[in-house]
Amino acid sequence: MSDDRVYSDLMRELKQGNFVITGELEPEVTTDIDPTVKEAVAMKPYVTAANVTDNPKATVCLSSLAGSFLTQQKSGLEIVYQLTTRDMNRMALGAAVLGAGSLGLKNILALTGDHHQTGNMPGAKPVYDYDSTHLIKLIREMVDNRSIEGIKFDDEAPDLKLHVGGAANPNTAMWGMGPEIMHIRRKAAAGVEFLQTQVVYDIEVAAQFLKEVKDKTNVPVLLGIFPMKGYGIAKGFDEFVPGVSVPKDLLSRFKEVKKGNWPNKKAKKDAYRKINIEFFTPMLKELKKRGLVAGCHIMAVHYPKIFPPLVEALGLSPKE
Amino acid sequence: MIVTKLKSLEEIYDMIKPYSNVLIAGCDGCCQPPRGIHEANNLGKMLKLKKMVDGEKFDYKATTVLRQCDDKIAATALRSLVDDYDAIISMACGIGVQILTKVFPEKLTFPAQNTMFNGAADHEKNSYVEYCNQCGDCLLGITGGICPVAGCAKSLMNGPCGGQIDGKCEVGDYKIDCAWVNIYKRLKKLGRLDLFEKYRPKRDYRLMTSPSFIDFLELDEIEEEINEKEAKA
Repeated sequence: MSDDRVYSDLMRELKQGNFVITGELEPEVTTDIDPTVKEAVAMKPYVTAANVTDNPKATVCLSSLAGSFLTQQKSGLEIVYQLTTRDMNRMALGAAVLGAGSLGLKNILALTGDHHQTGNMPGAKPVYDYDSTHLIKLIREMVDNRSIEGIKFDDEAPDLKLHVGGAANPNTAMWGMGPEIMHIRRKAAAGVEFLQTQVVYDIEVAAQFLKEVKDKTNVPVLLGIFPMKGYGIAKGFDEFVPGVSVPKDLLSRFKEVKKGNWPNKKAKKDAYRKINIEFFTPMLKELKKRGLVAGCHIMAVHYPKIFPPLVEALGLSPKE
Repeated sequence: MIVTKLKSLEEIYDMIKPYSNVLIAGCDGCCQPPRGIHEANNLGKMLKLKKMVDGEKFDYKATTVLRQCDDKIAATALRSLVDDYDAIISMACGIGVQILTKVFPEKLTFPAQNTMFNGAADHEKNSYVEYCNQCGDCLLGITGGICPVAGCAKSLMNGPCGGQIDGKCEVGDYKIDCAWVNIYKRLKKLGRLDLFEKYRPKRDYRLMTSPSFIDFLELDEIEEEINEKEAKA
């Protein structure tokens, strides 16, 4: 790993040292991929790739493999196929990775996945045959050695051309990041090629964590941010997402917008957008200046309108 | 010890509905909380009261066995009683129920309990805690004596995952310790973080496949080896 092989735009841009932006797409409980494709098309000029989630928050949704393939095919946007070890054993994971390769997917984010008991099928059997580090190792073996757990690919089979990423949690800097940093070092040794982090709001928490990751590994990091569409989402995120709190002043600015007298919906939406831009732009610019981030992972699900102004504020141009 | 939970009275009552004369066998072995003669008697009284309310006749005998999982002990303790009753209620773990089934095949043995886990009492928390998941490949030597198979909700080999906040697990509403954070803290204290950082390979689930058997002779191998070596020396 860490060689010159580049199979995806995401990896190409990371290697070129460009500030990389990725988005996030969550197919719902549906057989209809079109809403996801529509969102992908809207964000396409502003991102290098977008993740398609795998039963996020342990709630059942359209399969991430089908969602990744269809979205990439129909929108033309490169996808990061999220694959958790929660619902599949090593055989199913190996088969899914082969499937991803055959469908032209180019990036996989290897995750452990939220536990079933936190989601909407709490009585489901938790699989976890592998953990995320095992999955990273398996994908490396498949890409580098053309085998799955030692079982060789067909001689005639084309090489598997995929990059593998992992997750990291910067918020651990608030309570003790020692175990998380060592966990990331394990993932790095296993061959992870990029990291996307959980959502973080505090620049100093992020900086402390990112510096440690930079000092201890060589893996590029895309910092997770969550621009919020309105006060309700901000408040819900603050209250119900454990381990992350929305800064109080940011929350009260959202509240003011909600309470304000706006001539029309557009003006109100613009005001929300402005707050997001004013909060996240300096944070990202500063972390970029300090050389701590390779880019950001914008988890603005169902909020594609945030991409154009945010990308512009970051001084980047839309893609052709 | 094997930690068990009593089934609801209704469930036990439904199982023994066709029978009016039942032997209730407690177990004085490792089953926890204790399910001996006292508990067997209490269950008998409860069933009798419920039967009375339903206008049905019911007799029972409460007894207990040193260890129901030992077929010889179970046979010795119960053989003289079994013939006088229509059915048996076992207050042991699932092993005890099945051993009684094997020893007394002519009667049905009903479980009064659900078998929960292998654990021990934690008197500070006033609860029983799971300690061992019988993975067949003990890792405690590389995890500072804390088991991630039994202690981590995902039984991860390489943790912690992203689901811990300040050392508490996402499963159980952040009230239970993250085993991997505890492993980290302990190994750090003992100056053995090298063990923590080391990659631990995937598990071999053949070691946990049911049904499992181990030949008696396999367990004697080490003794044979010692005898051989001593003879040579």
